[in-house]
Amino acid sequence: MATKGERILEVRDLVKHFPLTQGILFKKQIGAIKAVDGVSFDLDRGETLGIVGESGCGKSTLAKLLMALERPTSGSVVINGRDMARAKGAELKRMRRNIQMVMQDPYTSLNPRMTVGDIIGEPYDIHTEVAPKGDRGRKVQELLEVVGLNPDHINRYPHQFSGGQRQRIGIARGLALQPEIIVCDEPVSALDVSIQAQVINLLERLQNEFGLAYIFIAHDLSVVRHISDRVAVMYLGKIVELGRDVEIYDKPAHPYTQALLSAVPVPDPEGREQRERIILQGDPPSPANPPSGCRFRTRCWKAQEICAEQEPLLEIRPGTRHESACHFAETHDVVHAG
Amino acid sequence: MRKTSLDTLPAEGGLGDEPLLAVDNLHVEFATRAGVVRAVNGVSYSLRPGETLAVLGESGSGKSVTAQAIMGILDVPPARIPKGEIRFRGTDLLKLSDEARTQVRGQRIAMIFQDALSALNPVFTVGWQISEMFRIHRGMSRRDATAKAVELMDRVRIPAAKQRVNDYPHQFSGGMRQRIMIAMSIALDPEVLIADEPTTALDVTVQAQIMELLAELQRESNMGMILITHDLGVVADVADKISVMYGGRIVENAPVHDIYQSPAHPYTKGLLESIPRVDLKGQDLYAIKGLPPNLLDMPTGCAFHPRCPYRQDNCVTDSPPLYEINARRGSACHYWREVLDGDQG
Ligand SMILES: Nc1ncnc2c1ncn2[C@@H]1O[C@H](COP(=O)(O)OP(=O)(O)OP(=O)(O)O)[C@@H](O)[C@H]1O
Ligand SMILES: Nc1ncnc2c1ncn2[C@@H]1O[C@H](COP(=O)(O)OP(=O)(O)OP(=O)(O)O)[C@@H](O)[C@H]1O
Ligand code: SF4
Ligand code: SF4
Ligand SMILES: [Mg+2]
Ligand SMILES: [Mg+2]
Repeated sequence: MATKGERILEVRDLVKHFPLTQGILFKKQIGAIKAVDGVSFDLDRGETLGIVGESGCGKSTLAKLLMALERPTSGSVVINGRDMARAKGAELKRMRRNIQMVMQDPYTSLNPRMTVGDIIGEPYDIHTEVAPKGDRGRKVQELLEVVGLNPDHINRYPHQFSGGQRQRIGIARGLALQPEIIVCDEPVSALDVSIQAQVINLLERLQNEFGLAYIFIAHDLSVVRHISDRVAVMYLGKIVELGRDVEIYDKPAHPYTQALLSAVPVPDPEGREQRERIILQGDPPSPANPPSGCRFRTRCWKAQEICAEQEPLLEIRPGTRHESACHFAETHDVVHAG
Repeated sequence: MRKTSLDTLPAEGGLGDEPLLAVDNLHVEFATRAGVVRAVNGVSYSLRPGETLAVLGESGSGKSVTAQAIMGILDVPPARIPKGEIRFRGTDLLKLSDEARTQVRGQRIAMIFQDALSALNPVFTVGWQISEMFRIHRGMSRRDATAKAVELMDRVRIPAAKQRVNDYPHQFSGGMRQRIMIAMSIALDPEVLIADEPTTALDVTVQAQIMELLAELQRESNMGMILITHDLGVVADVADKISVMYGGRIVENAPVHDIYQSPAHPYTKGLLESIPRVDLKGQDLYAIKGLPPNLLDMPTGCAFHPRCPYRQDNCVTDSPPLYEINARRGSACHYWREVLDGDQG
């Protein structure tokens, strides 16, 4: 077993292009949707990396690549030193045990015809070595208890639970194989505000208890800040800024991050008339045809000629202490939601 | 000029002390196979011209049903309104003839729905759908109505409106579709605009665009706006006053500054405390314990009592009325004084 702080996940130049085809009988590829287009980052044991960015920027595709639910076009996903993107058969199966997922929608992600016990225990069907048949019921009840549900409810069906309870069932299932990494794709967005806090507290508690590392995807920036050690900001298939939570939230260097943070409404009406806000014009361009050079340039108020010609790499820029992908990166203090 | 063939229609012009819209002790119930669902149990709120009222509350608390009752778009049956009034410029809409009601709907009180994609018809161009408002309600010719549609698309800032007027809904992004919905809702210069979660499905950057647009339209025309949302940030940004709903009732009514400074109901207080704050990083978030109520099996007394840290014995039996704290504030909690002072039960 590795120790806390040790690197357990290394993602390098990960790319996923979905082919765009034309014709029904003779499919001809006319282009590609560049859903994830060169993403690199690391994750340490027990750490939480938050991933934020607008709809369609590639967050869920990235999550699926990490889970090996999608095969990458190129690049690598290295878990504990082994490349999952290239693994096959028994090795892939073994590696999959180590990385599990909690999905967004607690209403549709659970099979309505299966009991809670069967849902949580399903991973054991594939990984019989983790829990021998006779041991399963007890294991599932333990998991129910861990996520704060009544172990006696093992034979109930999903519709007999509330949204927040169903999300706990999804989390219990994610824990079944004792993974080291859990990818959470919008785990609380479908829940009521009063229930979100319960689920976030649970995730934090489980992290401390089991030394889990999280990839935490969410669009609520204040929730991401609360739970994350580091945050990656994505735009059109690329990470445009990556740093510790305080760096990203208090000293964002990339114009897109600055706009994103300033758009978050502050839950305090005092001084609202004076608040400065960057309102972005237009919509993000299509990932099938991203702008040349810097992908944000069509909406960026700082764009210069070089931005169309040269792609800015994700690196530490002068005057900043974390990575950003902007030729003119400079930190900017934002007033934003806590 | 508006067509006012029916003398029952609400008057226009000055209002004096009368609010523009007043919902008064509204009850709505649904007959379902599992029993009668009392979705709205005595809701009261009011709105003046130019004012923004935010309606906040848990999923299923009756926010949308109240709005649908105001618009007159509930299916009756299964819905039934056993009690209450909805006064628009002093006239109770619930007593109007169907014909008069149709005159009010869309023309004087309009609504924006949460899900623009399903609210727009996929087989008609957006221009046709916007111009329909003018053809039907204003008797305009096709050409004039289309010109009006382009004008409106411009007004809600759809770039190259003239070129896009013949495009279909699926050719627009989510934010643009929401703008088209807004264009349709303001087409006939309504006096009241109800926006039911207008930005919930959108990204924050697009949300900021839409909220700014709504605020601008409101300034131009002095519309009253009812904004239904569960986003405490959006509310703090735009609302003049707030009504918080729980279990089909209003649990707190207050001006926006008062409620954020010192909530007077334990549910509101819990919501505000559960917002993640920078200085609380690394600690547990405050979480309201327990589950939202089941409308088919409402708790006795105060509906919030199973989750309430301030609960006393009488809360289990006595349903709290909306106590008046001052002329502009009310709280449906027996112990609102303690909540205001901040000492836990
Ligand atoms: N199987 C697929 N085939 C073709 N295109 C796809 C496929 N899956 C995703 N895409 C496209 O890839 C892009 C990224 O999608 P993705 O679901 O990863 O975004 P996201 O950041 O998770 O967005 P959201 O916040 O809305 O969940 C989008 O343009 C999407 O339409
Ligand atoms: N046609 C119907 N038949 C039966 N019950 C209904 C019907 N329409 C609404 N309800 C019930 O009325 C209650 C209030 O619903 P409403 O849509 O007003 O909630 P809401 O506060 O808008 O919630 P949300 O935040 O999820 O939109 C819910 O419990 C809902 O299930
Ligand atoms: S590289 Fe240029 S266009 Fe891109 S974010 Fe920086 S300034 Fe803007
Ligand atoms: S009436 Fe009682 S149970 Fe209800 S909110 Fe007030 S203190 Fe809590
Ligand atoms: Mg996604
Ligand atoms: Mg609703």
